[in-house]
Amino acid sequence: MANVGIVIVSHSPKVAEGAADMVRQMVGNDVPLAWTGGNPAGGLGTSFEAIADAIQRAWSDAGVAIFVDLGGAETNSEMAIEALPEDKRGSVVVCNAPIVEGAVIGATEASGGASLAAVRRTAEELSA
Amino acid sequence: MTVEHGDTTSPSAVIARLDAERKRRLVAAIANSVIAHVDELTALDSAIGDGDHGHNMKRGFEAVLQDQEALSGMSLPDLAKAVGTKLVTKVGGASGPLYGTLFLALAKELPDEPSRTDAVRAFAAAIGAVKARGKSDAGQKTMLDVLVPAHQAFAAGEDLAAIKDTAARAAAATVPMKAMRGRASFLGDRSIGHMDPGARSSSLMIAALCDELGDG
Repeated sequence: MANVGIVIVSHSPKVAEGAADMVRQMVGNDVPLAWTGGNPAGGLGTSFEAIADAIQRAWSDAGVAIFVDLGGAETNSEMAIEALPEDKRGSVVVCNAPIVEGAVIGATEASGGASLAAVRRTAEELSA
Repeated sequence: MTVEHGDTTSPSAVIARLDAERKRRLVAAIANSVIAHVDELTALDSAIGDGDHGHNMKRGFEAVLQDQEALSGMSLPDLAKAVGTKLVTKVGGASGPLYGTLFLALAKELPDEPSRTDAVRAFAAAIGAVKARGKSDAGQKTMLDVLVPAHQAFAAGEDLAAIKDTAARAAAATVPMKAMRGRASFLGDRSIGHMDPGARSSSLMIAALCDELGDG
């Protein structure tokens, strides 16, 4: 079974890329990973279409865990999940965790073959 | 122009039959109102948010305006769906998915020629979808503080001028509120004393809609 994929969604492309660098340092290429940041005009913000694309790039049959920073990143991610075909929709979750720490810990968990539920639980313990 | 006005207070009457030109004017009125207020929305959002609401909304509604001819040829539900999709893909801030959700839910609920009852029900469902998307409700200093009372006025059978007035007063009533959702909530008590930018953009859109439907 493939490892759970990780998607990082920040308002800032630099934050998203930097968080992704930290994830890669921990888990190398063992986990499908994609990041996105910035609004459709290239400013700070998030883009529904770019998030939908990132989910595809990090796709894993084991599921995809998304890590977000602020409001719009979460709402746009939720809309991107709802736009997926019905059989894929249940395999993608937005984790309620700090974006950097959540992505690193979630990816570390994923790299050991953990389920999507376990990846999410581990990341969300950071916010507990 | 083939505009028929039903008795707008009768629940079963068709509110207004909208031909293509009327639909185009409705879309343009809402879009132009938001675009014309970009600086005000930016100033409001700079006070309690990240300052991007005006330009995000402007970008979304400029894209809508570009499509106004194509939109005017669509059925009402298809038009709402196309506008919602455009806002989701173009706006980028938190308001994109929230307003997008509003229009996409309207698209699901509206028949081609809605009666007042149909429109009241569709608007209620759309507000419910926005509440779910934003995990919010009225009283938290958001667009819902305008949408909910405007809907109540609409459902109570008030005329377009009264609904517009309700929306404007509701937006002003967000000034003393403390933000509980979105980035403004980070400010806590410091969010008090500023009008919520989402409430303002909602009242602008409702005012444009009421004006346009009212003087056909």
